Order: sequence, then C-alpha cells, then structure tokens
Amino acid sequence: MSTPLPPVGAVTRRPLVLVAGNPNSGKSSLFNALCGTRTKVANYPGVTIERRSATMQAEGAGEVEVVDLPGTYSLAARSPEEQIAVESLMGRGVQRPDAILVVADATALARGLYLTLEVLEIGRPVILVLNMADEAARDGIVLDVPALERLTGARVVQTVASQGVGVDELRRVVAEVLGHPRPVPAPALTLSPAVRADVEALAAFIMTERWLTHQTEAAAWARWLLLSVEADGSDGLTGIPATLREAVVGIQQRASDAGRDIDLEIIASRYRLVDEWMTAASAVPRAERRSLTDRVDAVLTHRIGGVVAFGLVMLVVFQALFTWAEPAIEAIESLVALVQDGVRAVMPPGPLTALLVEGVVAGVGNVVVFVPQIALLFFFIGLLEDLGYLARAAFVIDRVMRAVGLHGRAFVPMLSGFSCAVPAVMSTRTLEQRKDRLLTMLVLPLTSCSARLPVYVLITATVFDAGSSVMGIRSGALALFGMYALSVVAALLAAGVLRRTVLPGPAPTFVLELPPYRRPVLSFLLQGVWQRVRTFLIDAGTVILALTIVLWALLSYPRDPEVTAQAEADRAAVMALALNDEARQARLDDIDSRESGAHLRNSVAGRLGRAFEPVIAPLGFDWRIGVGILGAFAAREVFVGTLGVVFDISGADEANEPLREVLRQATWPDGSPLMTPLAGVSLMVFFALACQCMSTVAIVRRESGGWRWALFMVAYMTVLAYAASLLVYQGGRWMGWGL
Amino acid sequence: MSPSSHRLLARVPVGSTAVVCRISGERPVVRRLLEMGLVPGTRVTVQREAPLGDPMELRVRNYALSIRRADALRIEVE
Ligand SMILES: Nc1nc2c(ncn2[C@@H]2O[C@H](COP(=O)(O)OP(=O)(O)OP(=O)(O)O)[C@@H](O)[C@H]2O)c(=O)[nH]1
Repeated sequence: MSTPLPPVGAVTRRPLVLVAGNPNSGKSSLFNALCGTRTKVANYPGVTIERRSATMQAEGAGEVEVVDLPGTYSLAARSPEEQIAVESLMGRGVQRPDAILVVADATALARGLYLTLEVLEIGRPVILVLNMADEAARDGIVLDVPALERLTGARVVQTVASQGVGVDELRRVVAEVLGHPRPVPAPALTLSPAVRADVEALAAFIMTERWLTHQTEAAAWARWLLLSVEADGSDGLTGIPATLREAVVGIQQRASDAGRDIDLEIIASRYRLVDEWMTAASAVPRAERRSLTDRVDAVLTHRIGGVVAFGLVMLVVFQALFTWAEPAIEAIESLVALVQDGVRAVMPPGPLTALLVEGVVAGVGNVVVFVPQIALLFFFIGLLEDLGYLARAAFVIDRVMRAVGLHGRAFVPMLSGFSCAVPAVMSTRTLEQRKDRLLTMLVLPLTSCSARLPVYVLITATVFDAGSSVMGIRSGALALFGMYALSVVAALLAAGVLRRTVLPGPAPTFVLELPPYRRPVLSFLLQGVWQRVRTFLIDAGTVILALTIVLWALLSYPRDPEVTAQAEADRAAVMALALNDEARQARLDDIDSRESGAHLRNSVAGRLGRAFEPVIAPLGFDWRIGVGILGAFAAREVFVGTLGVVFDISGADEANEPLREVLRQATWPDGSPLMTPLAGVSLMVFFALACQCMSTVAIVRRESGGWRWALFMVAYMTVLAYAASLLVYQGGRWMGWGL
Repeated sequence: MSPSSHRLLARVPVGSTAVVCRISGERPVVRRLLEMGLVPGTRVTVQREAPLGDPMELRVRNYALSIRRADALRIEVE
C-alpha cells in the first residue's frame, strides 16, 4: 500500500503568466479571450480581492497557468489589497511569474506605459498588449510596434480583445517568451544622484538582509517601498519586516530634510521615460476631432440632461430589481414549498423530517431566493460599466455623495439597498478603494430594503385606524413614508459618523477615469453575472444555510413532550366528535396553531424572548414581540410569520386580519394594551435601523474579508435601533402620546 | 501664496488648457494625482464640470480623468 508519492511542486510546476493592466483597458475581456470560460475564481487569502485564474494551451510550452491581477493604474500600494499585485509580480512568498502580460488601452497609451514601466523595473519578461487597437485605428493613432519593442525591451502585441483579434498571435508570443526566456534590461530612469543613492542604499540593505537576491528586483522593491510606506504606518501594508520599515522611513526622513521629494522624482522620471517612448513610437493626431464619446457626454453629463438621464437610468435599474425579480422570487418560493411538502409526504413526521424541511430545505431556499436580484443587479452594473455609463453616473452624483463622505460610485449600491442589501453589498466591489467599499457596505443595510415592507404594513394596519389621518394624509401612509425617510437620513448620518470615527484618516482621493463609450459583449457580460451568482452560492450561501439551521433549532427546541401529547389527545377528541368536515378541519387547524405556539414559547428562542423582556420593555415590546424579532433574523419578513405563531395563528401574512386583531387585543400582564400606535412606531423604527438579517451579515463577512466588520455592523446597528426606539417610546410617553 | 503666474487648476475655465506646475497637500493625494499623469509639465484641458459643479473632467495624456474641485485646488498650473 505504500507506493511513494511523486514529489509535489517545483519539478512539475506549470509556467505562470500574470496579467496586469489599468482598469477599463479590456483586461477582463482579454483574459476571457485567452482562456475561454474555464475560469476559476477564488479569493486571495485574507482579503476580498478575487483571484481569477485559468489554464491556457501555449504551443510548445504546454499548459500555462494564467492569473488575472486586480486592475490598477500603478503598483504603489495603499492597502493590503493593492499590495497583492506587487507581491505576485515579484514572487514574494508565491511562485515567481515566468512572464507578465501588461494590458494597455492603445488610445490612452501613456497611462498604460506608466504601469508597464513599473512592471519592467522588476526585470521579468514582459509582453505589452496594446488592446483597443480598433479604437486607436479609428482615432487615427499610429503606433510603431517594432520601435516600442526596441525601446521598452518588452514584446508588443496589438489586440482587439472584444472580437478576439490578435489573441492567437498573443498566445504564440507567450509560448515564444516562455520557451526562450532572456534577461530583460531594467529601464533606465533618470533620477537625480541623491535619489539614486537613496534607492541604492535601500536596495543594498534588502540584498544584505537577503529579502531578495536579484539586484534588479531589490532596486524595484526599494523604489516601491519608498513610494508606498508611510512614516506613521497608515499605509496598511503587511508583511514588511520592521527593520526594513525603519530603514525606509529613515531614508524618507533624510531625503525630506534635505529638501528632496522622492515621490515626485521617481514618478516624474518614469513619466519622462514614458513621454520619450510616446514621442518615438506613437503619433497621436494633433487636432482631436470631436469624438462620439464627447457628443454623447454633452448630453449625459449636461447640467440638466445629465441629471434627467441619471434619474431615468436609476429608475429603470430600481424598477427592475423591484418588479422584474418578483416573479422569479415567487417561483423559487413556491418551488421550495413544493419540495417541503414532498419531503413531508414521503418521510414520517419527526425531528429528522422537521430538520430537513424547516432547516435544510428552507435554508437552501433562503439562499437561492437572492439569485434573481443578484443576477439582475450585476447584469445592469456590468452593462452600465462596459458601456461606460457607470463612471458618468458617479461623475454626476458625486457632489451629493461627497457631502457624507461617500464616493460617487457608491450610489448604485446604496440605491439597490432599497431592494435588498445582499446584492447591494456585493456590488460595492465596483468601488476601487477598500475604505470606500467598507464604509458603503456598513451603512447600506440601513436603507429600507423591500423585506421590511411587510413588517411596516402589518404594524401600520394594526395600530392605525383605516380612517385616521394627519393633515389629510392617511396615518399609515405617513408612517411608511417616515420609515423610508428615516432610513435615508440614518444611512447618510451613519456614513458621515463612521467616516470620522472608525474609518478615519484622509478620505481616499477621488480619481475617476471616464472611459469612452463602448459596445459591451453580451457573452462576457453573462459570464460575469454567472461568476457573481456562483461565488454567492458557494461563499455566502453556506453561511446562510448554516445560520438558517441554527435559527430553526433555536426556535424549535427543546420540545416539550407534554405539549405534543396534549395536542394528540385534543386531536383524538375532535376526531371522535360528530362534525362535518369543514368544522372538524377548523378545529384541527386551531389545535395545530396552539401546538406550534406552545412549542415556540417553550423553545430556546421563546425563553430568550422572556429573559430579554426587561431589556426590550422600555421600547414598548413584550417578550412575544421579542421572539418575533429573533425569528426575523432569518429574514425580516419572517417576523410576521413568527409573530403569528407566538400568537397561535399559523400561516399568517401581513394582510392577515386575525393576526392584526389578536395584536390589537394583546395586552401587558397589567391589562394595558400592547400595540399602541406609539409602540407600533417604536417597533417600525427598530426594524428600520436594526440589522435584522443574517444574510446581510453573511455577505458582509464575505465582502469585508472576515467576521470583524460584519459583527461591528450588527453591533452598531443594534445599538442605533435600540437607542432610537427607546427615544421614540419613552419620549412619546413623556409627551403623553399614544397611550 | 503662489506667484502671480501660477493659478489653481480649479479656477481654469472650462475649455481652457493649462500646464501643471506643482501639486501640494497630503502625500497620498499628491502621489495619486502624480501617478495618474499630472506630473509637472503636463498639459491639462478642463473638459467640463459635472451638473452640480463638482467634480470636474480633465483631459490629460489623451484620456478623460475626473477629479474633485477640492483636489484641483491643490494643483498649481500656468
Ligand atoms: N472596441 C473595443 N472594445 C473593447 C476591447 N476590449 C474590450 N472592450 C470593451 O471594453 C469594455 C471594458 O472591458 P473589460 O474587459 O471589462 O475591461 P477591464 O479592463 O477588465 O475593466 P475592469 O473590469 O473595470 O477592470 C467592455 O465593454 C468590452 O467589451 C477592444 O479591443 N476594442
């Protein structure tokens, strides 16, 4: 049995090719064109940057692993996420790349060449891909490929990724480079002698400490460190030895004391070289003719037209999320119910069946039910992004978002939050900087998602008389409007406060590229949507499923055998009576409801509700409402059903008159009514502000890279909700309202 | 204050072109703007402003870059 295994690793490793590039350069399209659809998407350990990889067949080189790096304008890093690109390119702690593709937009080559230059400095073989060659040709831009190859030392290939043009040639060049690796001379930056000495000193230190062994790489890393490290440690970079950090800060300090601006010198020297290359190898028509993009922008970013267009586009997206997803959601819900009935029909009643039906199947349903909205939202985001409109939307609305410390790009996630926080949190990925992403996903669950609506409807219908009105507006309508207004105000205020407290430091700079309008490729678009859905199902879905089961157990156990026995006896008694079918069924349903109610009251959740009553009583809630709130953690709308069960009314929905009636009749032990209008408003405020949704928690955990921020969100939202409800209820009582 | 030949990019009227001289301010912001190609000596055209007056759209190195006025106030041009 003990055949020795072949050694793993070095011997059989496949060549590794990394793909770097600016955002909007067509990098994803090129990656898809190169590798087809067999893309694996994973996360880099510990951070939320996706690592897309695939294998490609290269003639003569066999299977090659291709990895897509996060899109960046430069390698200088301000966060662990941005650091990934550099570490991968240098092969620090990971496999060193055998070749690096840099995808550049041929119509804006200078910016692409800046990144290319940074990559060339590392000294690995580079293939420069001039993508968007069709647009460059259309704009009359002439690029001298042989000259570029000579000047940069990289191989240069022109492509039109969206049409697959040049992709075969690129594959051939990759194979060639892998087959005949040759040393690449590092580009010669013209630094002042003093800054050159700074870089050399740091590189020498890196070499003596043996962090890197190649002179070129050490020098490249030294420049990167000098540009990226902050003396006060606010750079968020990880894995940099303390002694090295000290050395960097020391050199920076000495340079600035001597009046040298290292940042400016290094960056400017790079652009000097880029400009030289541009002059020698490209001809851009002097008089730019008014491009299509310019003419479209004259309308879409016009003072009035721009606002109208923005409103229309957002309206369509919002409407789609709200109404187009609905039929699919309903279909999924009926399918889940069907499966549940099926399981109940074939399995004997008992704890296992209950676990399957109410835990597992319901849990899977809880996951799948998000798919329609996720798919729709990402379809629209992908479409708008690829068209080029998403950047314009951010441009138009940034002034408003800025006021609360949010980025213009945060608008679409915030808007989708009104439909459902789960896809909305996922869509914060369109934000480039981690701080912007975190801030947006932390406040976004405050926007009033559609699952809160049934709760509001039940409560308003219960506590306000159908005829009552305030200044001619129906009280219920006013309360609903108030909740939406509250959610917007709360989200914006929270953003402002969090920006100043838990996510402090200078707000990340707003630099937004406005790419030309382009025609999207549908197949790439759909592929992107599918990748999102799949990652959601795998990463967040498992957590949601597990939480559903835990919650189900809390709401169902321990079971009191006496309750069951009593119900059985009651049923037998009813069966023995001479009744017509209808009357008998009514009696039986009644017994079922009482039984479920008794079990719930006896469960862990029921006991927790009672134990917590002193805590929530100041908000105007008794323990039964507490149990409803606990149950609502599965999904807010479940509040209605759970509340029904506590009050012995099964199968209740928000339009259920018996449930409303029983709520109106409900009293505190001293006989005073429970659901006064004031208590109702307090409960709605609580629901508006509390993080009553485990799926949101699960998705924030995934998108923020750990439980830390997810739990922080639950904590701050709960405190906020509690404080606000307390204020409403106690303040209201003090003013003598709603008694 | 800056010498009289220097103006701030935020004050350059729409449609005009200027040349970057100097960027001042917090290091991460300056570095970011430099890396986007706004190094001294670069020609920048102010293309338009957003409907609400901020941010503004620049044309630099043959691409369209949008920055906020607050950042354009750090950029001296001539
Ligand atoms: N005309 C033209 N359009 C292209 C080309 N390559 C990609 N596109 C389009 O450009 C848009 C952006 O392409 P992506 O591949 O998403 O660009 P990216 O660099 O990955 O951008 P991010 O996803 O933002 O990082 C899409 O609409 C593509 O269809 C090309 O060579 N020519």
